[in-house]
Amino acid sequence: MSRLPCILLALALLAAFALSLALPWPPIAALLEQDRPLALALLWELRLPRALLALAYGAMLGASGAAIQGLFANPLASPDLTGTTSGAALGAVITAYIFGFSAPLALALGAVAGALGALLLLLALAGPRAETATLLLAGLAISALAGALTTLALALAPSPFAFYDAYEWLMGSLVDRSLEQTAFAAAPALAAILLLLRLGRALDSLTLGEEVAQSFGHDVRRLRFEIVCLTAFGVGACVAICGAIGFVGLVAPIFARRLTGGHPGRAIAPAALIGGLLLLAADLVVRSAPLGRTLPIGVVTALLGAPFFLWLVAHMRWRLAR
Amino acid sequence: MTLLLLAEKVGLAGRLEPCDFAMETPALICLIGPNGSGKTSLLHALARIGGASGDVRIDGRRPEDLVPAERRRLLSYLPASRDIAWPLAARDLVRLGSDEDEADEAMAALELTRWAGRRVDRLSTGERSRVLIARALAPKPRLLLFDEPVANLDPLWQLRLMERLGEAVRNGQGAIVAMHDLDLAARFADRLVLMDQGAIVADGEPRTILASARLEAVFGIRKVSGEWRALSSPSSDGEGDYPKGGGGVAGSD
Repeated sequence: MSRLPCILLALALLAAFALSLALPWPPIAALLEQDRPLALALLWELRLPRALLALAYGAMLGASGAAIQGLFANPLASPDLTGTTSGAALGAVITAYIFGFSAPLALALGAVAGALGALLLLLALAGPRAETATLLLAGLAISALAGALTTLALALAPSPFAFYDAYEWLMGSLVDRSLEQTAFAAAPALAAILLLLRLGRALDSLTLGEEVAQSFGHDVRRLRFEIVCLTAFGVGACVAICGAIGFVGLVAPIFARRLTGGHPGRAIAPAALIGGLLLLAADLVVRSAPLGRTLPIGVVTALLGAPFFLWLVAHMRWRLAR
Repeated sequence: MTLLLLAEKVGLAGRLEPCDFAMETPALICLIGPNGSGKTSLLHALARIGGASGDVRIDGRRPEDLVPAERRRLLSYLPASRDIAWPLAARDLVRLGSDEDEADEAMAALELTRWAGRRVDRLSTGERSRVLIARALAPKPRLLLFDEPVANLDPLWQLRLMERLGEAVRNGQGAIVAMHDLDLAARFADRLVLMDQGAIVADGEPRTILASARLEAVFGIRKVSGEWRALSSPSSDGEGDYPKGGGGVAGSD
């Protein structure tokens, strides 16, 4: 990857992070004059967790999207389209509303288990190097099943407010999370990203096919297992805290591979940066939308991401038809 | 003396019966046999792909004991498939298994330099084959394991590739190549290995193997006045019973 795009990407990420802390500026500016400790508390306890969550969750979606796309040899594989985020949401809902555990650790464990279940089901249904149609259909089926089971779990929940309670979280939200909650999402995400980066070389050699990667000495089954577990671990923890956020994991790796000359493994690092940048940007859109209320960030990523996904499908079809 | 290749009881469950295989000094060995006879499986077993059993030593070293960077100096495997998962530039693809200088040298040897920056999905199948062959040749490993390398190549490049493999052998590399063109195999190979139903059934001098009754039995073809002709049944004799209308080769026994 050449140096200039890398520097520009890092600068853009820093700028988005700083904006995310600073915007909207007038309340902070006013508070800084009147009550400095309160202004700092607002920054530290409200805005910093939100910015950190956007960065960590976005980076996790980008990195795991790049790894999953490399693994399935398919640019349409991503944590949301494979049903991973829906599985994680189901796991967290069952943990919270059926078993009644609402501590961040319990939610994270439930979500990781749900994400792992969804990914293993996908591997079983679609196979390790699935055709696009099979992969999307299997992912769609798993998402639909997980979505239906999530609704069922909420309907059967002892609390009559379960639906109302879970709605904002299910749509994806970074608002009003504590630093402790942030740590429960960001620490697993960071660990998972660092461990995924180790697998880049093996993923690159997978470009030549599984057999050649094996002849190089890469254990492809172990690689698959590691990517599935790390994705479930990192994405699951983020979903437990922030709900399901779509399309970042699809879009970020596609841009990242443009920077790495198409190498799927080398794209993991830039995909993490781009993912973080995209989610920070989406959150800035949420804050600056003149609606008088907070939109769920998952709605914004879906509104921006879905047209991109449609374009991608049309583009692939056009390329195949040529 | 350390053999270039010593394989003991190598096999692949359900596809290749455990067999021994050796190459004492650098040589070009061609694997021949009908579809499904076990050529690819033997290459896989030697390259340690897909849960192969048995023990393989190349220059006395077990591939399993080596990290990828060392292993690619020991063996290189070229699959029969020309599919590439991601549309990398030709140069980047060749560099996946070697350093930059080696990759450039291998591309120059296969006259690919002018395609170096082009995405592999925008090359013809034959050009892509040459890129993949360059990838496999670039790290100059001790043992080349090539599955149908001449498929998709035009006649000139088929010859050039076989000459290039001969040159590799003269430079001290060993090559084991699965192929279907019996004449090309016989012309360039130092040794022919005939396979059938997941087992090695004959192994020796090309001329001897090509003229053997075993080859006729396995393939159901025979050379008559310089031309390969299908026998109506693998066990039948005589020139009168070729299938009418140029029918297909009868199944092996």
